[in-house]
Amino acid sequence: MLELKDVNVSYGAIHAIHDASLTVQDGEIVSLIGANGAGKTTILHTITGLKEATSGSIRYNDLDLRATDASKLISYGIAHVPEGRHIFPGMTVLENLEMGAYSQGKNTELLEKNKALVFERFPRLKERYRQLAGTLSGGEQQMLAMGRALMGNPKILLLDEPSMGLSPLLVKEIFSIIKYCHEMGITILLVEQNAKMALGIADRAYVLETGNITISGDAKELLADERVKKAYLGQ
Amino acid sequence: MSLFIQSIVNGLNQGAIYALIALGYTMVYGIIRMINFAHGDFIMVGAYTLFYTIPLMISAGMPAWLAVIIAIVICSVIGVMVEVIAYRPVRRSGSMSALITALAMSVFLENLAMVLFGANPKSVPAIFNLPAVEILGAKLQLKYLLTLGIGILIMVGLQLFVKFTKLGKAMRAVPQDKQAATLVGIKVNKIITTTFAIGSGLAAVAALMYCSTYPRCTTDMGSMMGLKAFIAAVLGGIGVIPGAMIGGLIVGLVEIFVKVYIAPGWYEAITYSILIIVLLIKPSGILGKNVGEKV
Repeated sequence: MLELKDVNVSYGAIHAIHDASLTVQDGEIVSLIGANGAGKTTILHTITGLKEATSGSIRYNDLDLRATDASKLISYGIAHVPEGRHIFPGMTVLENLEMGAYSQGKNTELLEKNKALVFERFPRLKERYRQLAGTLSGGEQQMLAMGRALMGNPKILLLDEPSMGLSPLLVKEIFSIIKYCHEMGITILLVEQNAKMALGIADRAYVLETGNITISGDAKELLADERVKKAYLGQ
Repeated sequence: MSLFIQSIVNGLNQGAIYALIALGYTMVYGIIRMINFAHGDFIMVGAYTLFYTIPLMISAGMPAWLAVIIAIVICSVIGVMVEVIAYRPVRRSGSMSALITALAMSVFLENLAMVLFGANPKSVPAIFNLPAVEILGAKLQLKYLLTLGIGILIMVGLQLFVKFTKLGKAMRAVPQDKQAATLVGIKVNKIITTTFAIGSGLAAVAALMYCSTYPRCTTDMGSMMGLKAFIAAVLGGIGVIPGAMIGGLIVGLVEIFVKVYIAPGWYEAITYSILIIVLLIKPSGILGKNVGEKV
């Protein structure tokens, strides 16, 4: 279980996140929705330690994430797919996937198994495994970023705007991949601007407004909530 | 014909020295976007280590080439110390602070050497006592061929290391995207330190080649060599490992050929002119890429 309690984050004098608390139970899909600049990405960065919290507690099971180095998280099963893919553009698709298994040690059998799994789910990546990742299309890069995260055997995936900048068809594809990951037993924390899709797939959801979590609850109920409808679903 | 062959070998030898130093510049630049101006002085450190350890080895009855291993270790340790003590604290304060720190480090190392070893040039004893051979009428020093072979072997080895090993791949991944590298579990600081260790170790090999060719060391030998190697790195495309090798070999060959066939006094002017012309035509260097990424 991932648990944030009263987390505050500041960028210099700017207080970006105010007393944010949220939980993600094992096996859940939880969505975090909100407008541009609400602080969604900041929350994910604070969870993985790319950004330091000023106060509050962040725990994953018994692990104190605030005291854990960002580079160690993947070995505890926490994978973060950052906004804007962040693939390694000058490395091949295959090398990118291998980097995803960097923390896995020398277990070649597991590596081959995961590689086969990723290639099976993402045939496009298999076709282009020798191509430089920087030359892939946006959708392919997103798939590569997710495939790379899966190479690290994650228990929980933190996805930051996976649908950003993609065509509706590709957005559907990305969401079906998220479902697939979930069916594999991976817990998901999904950050999205596409509130309709994000609420459609999630068990529970949180709404973030200018650094405050204002609404939370069952995703289906939020879909029907008047405030959410008005602000995020354009109804 | 014999003069030509001799010039080729001499040029490659000189070029391999520049290439080995240029690799240090380019690897560090590739990973933290910083020109390590103290890098040239690591050759001086290597040369003085050779000066003191070769007689030690010989008097202890051990083979003289062991001194090279010691020089590599000492250069690597000093390179890592410079990174951890001087560069790491200023890494987040912008490129200008880093640049000034690097220049200061260079001045510091040179003056420290002058205090420790004195201002007079020292004559480095030969490591390899090999005869000259005649190939196609050209009289070639076997020791040049040997050091050239070592230099090329190390460059090829480095290329394979970076291309195929896990650590090498991590060294390529970090400069491309530090955030993503951290998220897949790479300890970025560890990789940066490793890069400094390897780059400085290569400077020790360059010192070996240099001392076999010109058997003397001075405290300021590093600055001039460093400058030429820096030009080689920029010429080949800074940040690109094969670029440093090609750039180094070009600068070395041009130097020797100008000295032999045109006029000895002109070699630096012509080297710099080539750099200017290449940068005018292709600002990113011979193998440098104009980074255009999809977003």
